[in-house]
Amino acid sequence: MARRLGFVTPVLVVAVGIFLLGAASPFDPIYQYYGLDIFTATAEDIARVRAQLGLDDGVLVQLWRWLAGIFSGELGSSRAFRQPVADVITQRLPWTLLLVSVGLVIMIVIALVIGVLAAWRQGGLLDRSVTAMAHAMEGIPSFVLGLGAIALFALSLRWVAVAGLTSPGAPASFSEVTHYLIMPALVLGVSQTPWLILYLRASLLTALAEDHVAGARARGLPEWRVVLRHALPTALLPFVTLLGARVPELVTGAVLVEEIFSWPGVAEAVVTAALAVDFPMLAALGVLSTAAVLVGSLLADVAIVLADPRVATDG
Amino acid sequence: MTYRRGMKWRLFVLFALFGAVLPACSAPAASDSSTETIVVGEGYEWEALNPLLGFGTEGASKLFDGLIRHDATLKVAPALAAEEPAVTADERSWTVKLRQGISFHDGSAFDADDVVATYRAVLDPVFASTIRSDYPMLTGVEKVDASTVRFDLAYPYASFTNRLNLGIMPAEALTTPAPLENSPLNSTPIGTGPYKFVEWRKGATMTLVANEDYFAGAPSIKKITIVFAEDDNTRAQQMRAGDLDATVLPPALARTFEGGEFAVVHHRSADYRTVTMPSGHPVTGDPAIRQAMNLAVNRQGMIDALLAGKGVPASTPVPAVLDSYVEPAAQFRYDPAEAGRILDAAGWVLGADRIRARNGQPARFTLMYPATDTVRKDLAQAVVSDAKAVGISVVLEGLGWEAIEPRMADDSLVLGGGSQLDPDQVTYPLLHSSFGGDGFNNPGFYRNAEVDAGLDAARRATDPAEQIAAVKSWQRAYAADPGYVFLVFLDHSYVMRQKWNGYTPVVDPHAHGVLTWGALWNLDDWTPKS
Repeated sequence: MARRLGFVTPVLVVAVGIFLLGAASPFDPIYQYYGLDIFTATAEDIARVRAQLGLDDGVLVQLWRWLAGIFSGELGSSRAFRQPVADVITQRLPWTLLLVSVGLVIMIVIALVIGVLAAWRQGGLLDRSVTAMAHAMEGIPSFVLGLGAIALFALSLRWVAVAGLTSPGAPASFSEVTHYLIMPALVLGVSQTPWLILYLRASLLTALAEDHVAGARARGLPEWRVVLRHALPTALLPFVTLLGARVPELVTGAVLVEEIFSWPGVAEAVVTAALAVDFPMLAALGVLSTAAVLVGSLLADVAIVLADPRVATDG
Repeated sequence: MTYRRGMKWRLFVLFALFGAVLPACSAPAASDSSTETIVVGEGYEWEALNPLLGFGTEGASKLFDGLIRHDATLKVAPALAAEEPAVTADERSWTVKLRQGISFHDGSAFDADDVVATYRAVLDPVFASTIRSDYPMLTGVEKVDASTVRFDLAYPYASFTNRLNLGIMPAEALTTPAPLENSPLNSTPIGTGPYKFVEWRKGATMTLVANEDYFAGAPSIKKITIVFAEDDNTRAQQMRAGDLDATVLPPALARTFEGGEFAVVHHRSADYRTVTMPSGHPVTGDPAIRQAMNLAVNRQGMIDALLAGKGVPASTPVPAVLDSYVEPAAQFRYDPAEAGRILDAAGWVLGADRIRARNGQPARFTLMYPATDTVRKDLAQAVVSDAKAVGISVVLEGLGWEAIEPRMADDSLVLGGGSQLDPDQVTYPLLHSSFGGDGFNNPGFYRNAEVDAGLDAARRATDPAEQIAAVKSWQRAYAADPGYVFLVFLDHSYVMRQKWNGYTPVVDPHAHGVLTWGALWNLDDWTPKS
């Protein structure tokens, strides 16, 4: 556990890295601030505003200013959104959490159901087609899946809306949001399932060959009991670890899926902030995603400890 | 074999659940057919809804009122002012009586303090307002009494009334002298306009509702929903699918909606596209090359081929819509033969490679354009082929603004801009030598003493006839020594559902859209069709 609590080091490294990358990028934030007015402003006024906003300071000075703010509980303000960073995150984080958690549930449910069925009927038609499809889908990035889903379900079949949170002007009610959530969540979940299905299938096959499973069969227990009660728990342990390891994929997947579906979450803000070289916003988002990854693997560790008494907690 | 059935039963329940969810998503998106709500598609999402950061500074913003506003013929009418502004004989002091009994959307009362606070925030560098450069003539604004303010100018400025359309914000919101980048007004604006701000889901939609207490009467359309979609084809699709009631589209795409249930309108504009000809460059700075380029470009051909016939040829920055100011003698015709003769006479000799040269200097220059702007890219390509026909080689480079800016003094650039309100605001910084190299204002360091004198005379003229004469005189001087190749004034095109009465054509400036000039500029006067 103490290892995991060494969070602070990678988080700081990420923050500093983002600042240095931003400094090396060709984008100039003054264009973001001025918008169309840049074309009529005088050089003198632009220079004065630059100084006012601290854009002329070196990247190290800006980094120091930001870090000093962090330690006094101030995340700074986002230039791209013209709002305090904390406001942008509090407005957007719930939507991302909703999308990612629904995506995660979809991912787990699909992986469990299909993985178990495939292993149970090993070599059957379902198993062969699932294995082939999963291998093929491993190579498809989530944005291709997303665009394909839009083309098929939104544009051709017109079953679901193309993008957004609700239809234009409608309040963010439960039914509206559900209607718009289903596609991005499915794309996010489905794009992550191939690894899990293949992994679960393989570990379930191993478990089915183990002695305690053979023992259960020998005792005449019904087959579903053997598979779900005796083999699956053994197979689930590495599966939980794998889930933790998939969190980074889920984070990057969320960036692509939110961008494609115009989902108003924090991940979409990453793209906007990056194009505006919005240091404080980028750093906060970078830290947030790093934290998500670390918390993901921490939770997976905790889950393993709880699920398997053989794992010692002091490791 | 009972366990098998059990398992199947569980699976059946699971799939039934999924099945129950899917049809729920196939219900079509509810589109409000009521005429009390309008849903409009917008291609450009503002960074901030703050007049001090450039939102609606040209008026017609729905959320804000200026002291004055412009009507359909662009005449000045009082808005928050009670009457026409009174000016002293030297045009250096303008006194404005304010309308009384008006309140802001947050309920606070409007008075002279709010006007003073708003204009002072423009001038005070501490606020880092992006429109400060538009007010070089303004030295101060004073409260005379609770319902009177006075503006003091550094020099006589006849067009100053046009600067009184800046949206007024409550003084209480402008008490902290700090850069506006973090101001709550950016995302929750407080104005006095016909519509109140409700919600802004950035990157998606914005909602406004009618201000029932609006001094000019409550609007009939009670709710405006703005849907942001940067891509033109996306907005066209949404329009066809019935998700939108109105949107802005490029002329060619808008014309595909002609006939049927849609109204397609094209607005004349002051929105020019021009090619800068930097003075410091041995080719673009040469008077013969500049004259020849102006005669070599086929302006009407560009309009017909690239803009679906929608646009007006441009020779100077004075738009055709300000027709009383346009000097007919300063218009360039399309005459490549004459361009060739001018180049021959100036010693630019056609070489074996069909490119002219003089004293070893080939007639070649680089033309930059913002890479994401397809209209500018198309125009730049047309300039290349027209220039090639007279033996001038133009090399194209599509770049970001960050890369363009440091090179503007040496390389040409496709620039856009324009104001329909007066012939000074945009033109003076574009052509006056005092703005040479000053930001994007006169990027090619154009300098002509006669043009400078004419611009100054027009700016300070107190008599309209005198102003017109001065504007015409500098146009003649400019045409004899052009420092740009003006190409076109673009038309802006809009598609609307025919559910309301009240649309009134108007002339657009460079910046146009839903919450400024454009087809919906007077939306608060629209009424449902019976």
